[in-house]
Amino acid sequence: METHSGNHYYVPHGSLYPSVISAGLLMLASGFIFSVATDTNKDLAYLQTPGEWMMYIGTAIILVMTFKWLGAVVTESITGQYKKWEDKSFRIGMIVFICSEVAFFAAFFGALFYMRIISVPDLAAFDPLFTPYKDFLGTWPSIGPGGMVLGTEYVPPADFKPMHWSGLPLVNTILLLTSGATITWAHWGLIKNNRKQLIIGMALTVALGTAFLICQAAEYHEAYTEMGLTLGSGAYGATFFMLTGFHGFHVTLGTIMLIVILLRCMKGHFTPEHHFGFEGVAWYWHFVDVVWLGLFIFVYML
Amino acid sequence: MSTTTVAHHDEHADHPTGIMRWLTTTNHKDIGTMYLTFALIMFLVGGSMILAIRAELFQPGLQLMNPDFFNQLIGVHALVMIFAALMPAATGFANWMIPLQIGAPDMALPRLNNWGFWLLPPAAILLTLPFTLALFGIGDGALATGWTFYPPLSVQGGIGVDFAIFSVHLLGISSVLGSINVIVTIFNMRAPGMTLMKMPMFVWGWLITAFLLIATIPVLAGAVTMLLTDRHFGTHFFDAAGGGDPILFQHLFWFFGHPEVYILLLPVWGFIPQILQTFSRKPMYGYKAQVYSFWGIGALSVIVWAHHFFTAGLPVPALLYFMYSTMAISLPLAVLFFCWIKTMWKGSMSFETPMLFTVGWVILFGIGGLTGLVLADVAADAQYHNSYFIVAHFHYTLFAGGIMGIMAGVYYWLPKMTGHMYNEKLGKTHFWLTAISFNLTFIPQFFLGLAGMPRRIPDYALQFAEFNMISTVSAFVLGLSQLLFVYIVITCVRGGKKASDQVWEGAQGLEWTLPSPPPYHSFTEQPVIK
Repeated sequence: METHSGNHYYVPHGSLYPSVISAGLLMLASGFIFSVATDTNKDLAYLQTPGEWMMYIGTAIILVMTFKWLGAVVTESITGQYKKWEDKSFRIGMIVFICSEVAFFAAFFGALFYMRIISVPDLAAFDPLFTPYKDFLGTWPSIGPGGMVLGTEYVPPADFKPMHWSGLPLVNTILLLTSGATITWAHWGLIKNNRKQLIIGMALTVALGTAFLICQAAEYHEAYTEMGLTLGSGAYGATFFMLTGFHGFHVTLGTIMLIVILLRCMKGHFTPEHHFGFEGVAWYWHFVDVVWLGLFIFVYML
Repeated sequence: MSTTTVAHHDEHADHPTGIMRWLTTTNHKDIGTMYLTFALIMFLVGGSMILAIRAELFQPGLQLMNPDFFNQLIGVHALVMIFAALMPAATGFANWMIPLQIGAPDMALPRLNNWGFWLLPPAAILLTLPFTLALFGIGDGALATGWTFYPPLSVQGGIGVDFAIFSVHLLGISSVLGSINVIVTIFNMRAPGMTLMKMPMFVWGWLITAFLLIATIPVLAGAVTMLLTDRHFGTHFFDAAGGGDPILFQHLFWFFGHPEVYILLLPVWGFIPQILQTFSRKPMYGYKAQVYSFWGIGALSVIVWAHHFFTAGLPVPALLYFMYSTMAISLPLAVLFFCWIKTMWKGSMSFETPMLFTVGWVILFGIGGLTGLVLADVAADAQYHNSYFIVAHFHYTLFAGGIMGIMAGVYYWLPKMTGHMYNEKLGKTHFWLTAISFNLTFIPQFFLGLAGMPRRIPDYALQFAEFNMISTVSAFVLGLSQLLFVYIVITCVRGGKKASDQVWEGAQGLEWTLPSPPPYHSFTEQPVIK
């Protein structure tokens, strides 16, 4: 048993960042609610503009406070407050956090499997004498049987083209897998104290992450403008955009974190022994990578 | 060099005073105190809501409120009690007691800990704001779907649903942060020599709770996010026209919702054996059996969710699977009950207030567990589903099993936290008032449910009038006797007989080796466990 006696755990000084971020989140959430309140109640349309302003202010508060909070952490790190014991806390914490992210994506994968295996086939399996959806086949990809649930006439919804895996998605898979390799190469550089390899590796990773996001934006643009595939395209559209959209959001966050780490590397932060900030971001990046492989198989290919 | 300056700093405990102390604090005791205070306030808020409902149900017919407002109150009552009273109370104890019980200087991630708490007041504001907004003519009040958000009603509802969705998001972030902190603290901050199998039961209870939260809270976040996009962005997750299914929401919700029951109960199951062994003056029986039962219950709890909607139209094989797996939970739970009773067996028992609450807890939670077994039976559940029988059942598990357990913990540790003894006579009075009025509130509801009275309806048939009357009167006694609890806690915080370090004659564990109240920074040097 490792002994910690005589070892001092660093308990940081109090700060206002957490409580102010919470206030920002309150503002962002209620602002969003006000801005979309007109969806359910036309009388509330006057709330839209104030709601949008509340969202902007809330977002600004969150961004500034996050920046300052993480800045304080970086300062504490480079002034040597974090030793082995604290480092281990960050490591376990990051692993648990990534587990919770896995659970979040699992909810959306669960919805995808449920719709493909249960709800869409069930809707096609009703007795033809009683179902309004007489010609609905229930094959995947599906937009669902259509909106005429209680009507007498069955109107099939406008069709769409599903996203094929071999175009941009395949390019994106290659981009992300390569970026997983470059960040590991950069890590090797850091451990060998080869700063040049570290910085080149990080810069490549940032470039690949950005390229992924550009490709995804192009893919969404094509879906909306040419393929008739939107968020409203039934079971397929909802799961496609929510799964790839949340993944894309995570890639965006990951890329921002990678840029921060790259800048810190260029400023000379991190040592071969002490670089949890780097590793935490790398773990996050690998997690995003693995989620993409799941998406590529279950959303695009199968 | 930096090490010495930091150490020097800590000993002075130079924290700001006034409101800034609480807004900025990174101290686990301060944060624990905030959690507990918040929980107590929200307990009273949620309690007043249900008293309004009971007042409406005093007689058949509509007297006090329209059905829409009634629906809003029941949903918000449940959300407040579960997310803003019970969970923060358990987290408050986690903050106070886990570092003391494992000999740690503080929680492992103190700033994150502070954030976890400060997400709660905004969440509570979001949850209750729609009531206030409705007074000013904005929107039509809080969510009127019950706490379960079932679509299609929740997709059609007003802005109250959106507020509740974001409230759940903030509460979810708070729970995930709290769980990360608990897991890291337990894995990384234990005193040298304290192996996992030497940890106090409360710490074990919280470790399993934290695992369950990490696995299920994000799924709830995902589910309400789908609800949000269905409401505002045209997705069809829960709409059959697009190939979706309202039942999908029930699956996702209860994948979280069932483990949530154990999230609320496991910390309490940690208190119980510790209190029992203290007042029985003998070591707890079956420590290992209890730890393994915790694991068993934690694992089973995530694979039984569909028993909450047996009547929704699931295929028969699914019904059978969920019935048998649900019943399987009674095996590890029976092991726990056996261990609790055996801990008292032939002990030299005394009945101070915490012990009274704990013994009462074992009996009342037993009733909650056994009535759950009835509901787990698919054939019987078809009769009891959505009746007052289930309302009575889950109040036996969550009020008796949850809140009365928390109160046992409050009386047990309050002298340690404040340094003063509470008023024993008033404490005992509080117990008897609570236990008797609780039973008189909910036993009639079992009979109402068996006789067919549906839940969540503001009006009822004439033959249910007497039992409802008894239930309402008792509910008011129950509610008002909690004011006595508030009085006891406040007077104990302000003064009273000085508590010794060990407080209770039979108390064992690291927290009792510290002075009462413990210093601002406890265990800056970790003790070594043999």
